[in-house]
Amino acid sequence: MIDSKYFLKGFASIRGVRSPAIALGASFIAIGALLKNIGFTIQESIFSTFLTYALPGSLVMAESMIIGASLINIFIAVWLVNARLYPMTVSLMPLLMHKSQPKWKYYLSCHFIAVSSWLIMKDNYEQINKESRIDFWIGIGVATWSVAIFSTVIGYLASDFLNEDVLIGLAIINPIYFTCMMVGAMKTIKISLSIILGTILGPAFYFVSPEWCILFGGITAGTVAFLIGEINDK
Amino acid sequence: MTSNIVLVILITSFATFLSRFLGVLSSENIKETSKIFRWFNCLAYSTLAALIARIVIFPSGLLSEVDYFVRIIVVILSIGLFFITKKNLVYPTIFSAIILSLFNSYL
Repeated sequence: MIDSKYFLKGFASIRGVRSPAIALGASFIAIGALLKNIGFTIQESIFSTFLTYALPGSLVMAESMIIGASLINIFIAVWLVNARLYPMTVSLMPLLMHKSQPKWKYYLSCHFIAVSSWLIMKDNYEQINKESRIDFWIGIGVATWSVAIFSTVIGYLASDFLNEDVLIGLAIINPIYFTCMMVGAMKTIKISLSIILGTILGPAFYFVSPEWCILFGGITAGTVAFLIGEINDK
Repeated sequence: MTSNIVLVILITSFATFLSRFLGVLSSENIKETSKIFRWFNCLAYSTLAALIARIVIFPSGLLSEVDYFVRIIVVILSIGLFFITKKNLVYPTIFSAIILSLFNSYL
């Protein structure tokens, strides 16, 4: 069903100098503490990370609840901030698809698509033969997802001991990890341009619409980078 | 406060899974050598970059209490450390947390 050799190889990606465990751990510890502070029980906090497993979405959920937003507004806000998962999925799954593999693997394991797991997979997929990539991916996914759930519990339990200075330190770890991963991913003109333009246009569109800036900025930046890259490749 | 926490969690996870699910559905007809795949690859990196830049420049929550200038300095120093340590990801992340906590306490 799942090739354990490749599953374990993927699972092992949480070790070593490129490990996402610290970044994931830090941010989900912060989420655990935040959920406790806004009145979640420990079961609800675990349930939340288990089912959502996307950091910005959980943050938006918490913020929306604090201001008492309606369910439909929460849905829209979360969908907007997590819509980036769509292009991320479309740019990952075709690399993993193989006719010998059952489809349920793809539809279930897409739950593991989050920034850290995605960046690790993009970094390593070429070393794995195409047929086994999905099992390797499930290994990465289960590993990163487990770290997230475990850290949520730690954060929930430790929230009384986490003062503001510690929480601020935890909050910067994830953006720094992502920034370094992205800088490391800048290997072609297209990807480099996508990242540089996205970094500029995302915040720039914030002045037009804080809610839509990631999507507007991202789509504009990615499309311009794609067009320039295509012309350059010819 | 919104009252029903379980309902909120279900709605949040549904809103999140929707993009992932539709992504797999679309992927069934997209070849990795196609133009549309290459376009989506650019879109994925650019929306990620936009998201991260937004978190650093216009953060919500605790990070917004740290001065804008301090946040940028920490990011630049961490990228520097990333290259100095031959693309080690552990050092820059831990370094950033410690230095930001220190800056925030003493500046």
